[in-house]
Amino acid sequence: MKNIRLIARLDVKGANLVKGIQLEGLRKIGDPNEFAKRYYEAEIDELLYIDIVASLYNRNNLSDIVLNCTRDVFVPITVGGGIRTLDDVKQLLRCGADKIAINTAAIKKPELIHEVAGKFGSQCMVLSIQAKKTAGGKWEAYYDNGREKTGIDVLQWAKQGYELGAGEILLTSVDLEGTRKGFDLELVKAVSDIVPIPVIACGGMGEAADFVKVVNAGHADAVAAASVLHYGHLTINDIKEKAFLSGINVRR
Amino acid sequence: MRKISIIDYGIGNVLSVRRAFEKQKADVEFISDADAVMRAEKLVLPGVGAFKDGMKELEKRNLVFAIQEYCRSDRPFLGICLGMQMMMDESEEFGQSKGLGIISGNVIRIEDTAIDGTYQKVPHVGWNALVINNIVENTILEGIPEYSGVYFVHSYKAVPKDEKYRLADVYYGGRKISAVLRKGNCFGTQFHPEKSGEIGLKMICNFINL
Repeated sequence: MKNIRLIARLDVKGANLVKGIQLEGLRKIGDPNEFAKRYYEAEIDELLYIDIVASLYNRNNLSDIVLNCTRDVFVPITVGGGIRTLDDVKQLLRCGADKIAINTAAIKKPELIHEVAGKFGSQCMVLSIQAKKTAGGKWEAYYDNGREKTGIDVLQWAKQGYELGAGEILLTSVDLEGTRKGFDLELVKAVSDIVPIPVIACGGMGEAADFVKVVNAGHADAVAAASVLHYGHLTINDIKEKAFLSGINVRR
Repeated sequence: MRKISIIDYGIGNVLSVRRAFEKQKADVEFISDADAVMRAEKLVLPGVGAFKDGMKELEKRNLVFAIQEYCRSDRPFLGICLGMQMMMDESEEFGQSKGLGIISGNVIRIEDTAIDGTYQKVPHVGWNALVINNIVENTILEGIPEYSGVYFVHSYKAVPKDEKYRLADVYYGGRKISAVLRKGNCFGTQFHPEKSGEIGLKMICNFINL
């Protein structure tokens, strides 16, 4: 069995690492690259930078931050937020990003997924989905940080994204994001079981046991954590130790 | 000799490769023409993406023959990910396409099922443990502990005709996949040493010191 990845998610606004609850009410936390470096030294498996206000301004502000990050960090880096064109992707890859996460622009123009995968490879095209639970036991895809509804069913969107060439899915539960109440296990399981590509579960990690649950019950291939790491509620080692003791393979 | 020439042929994240070598105090240059390849002291061929596109970009820059000649001279060579796959004779990715032929063998798709018949995800993405097959003295794996975790992301795998070229493997779905190939001073890593934390940097340091 392969190792399950633990990913630190760094939401960035301007030059600051920020964190909200349900993607709202952002609080400044510090310099994103100081956190990135600290997580790298503590053996994080990957980093995920999201420019959290980029879609509003139609541009991604992370080039310089990523460029600096790659001097000290030697694990894979995914960058998302406000990426709309192949040129945006190229620019971020040249700054040291390994993968690009796209939500808003893919919803507006699904062929972008195909174009990015065709030009830079599927391994680089991460489809970011913000999922909100709806009444009928389903989930609807949102964009602009959980502000805008699409009417699109998350499972169908995930499948379509895979068919268009996405190499991974970053699946964020808008309902649970930043709450530390645990992951939406049904959501993660439903998506993981419907697409043959890795699914990164995001939104809700509160304790190390949540990692175990979302892997065992949700079939997640990777798990992203933000608040619990940034505020020091858990260390990377706490989470990996718990996973290992629960029989989950992790890089140690 | 700490001079490292990295081939920049318009494919992949060459900056990260550069940064990793710089972190290990190498004197790095990007090169993209045949003369520079012939002159290189230590040559690195990075790469992500499709085999056919990678070869096309090398051909467009007249680099194929130069890299083959360079490797015949047995100067240190490191192919990373797609760079390693292109060291083989050919690949079945998007129809058959010819590779550099530095190590004889081919590149095939990773199976959609594990050895026990259960379904497995492709690409193989994430950290996986190296299983070392051969003596590692004077190779990029010198001093690297068995089962070290390194970062993979690939849908195809290189299968050398001769087992002796497999310096290390990785297991996915119960089947072994070549993780490090070696022929003389030519090395290939299926994983990304520049994205494999301190262990990866150690391999890069070893390569600089070959």
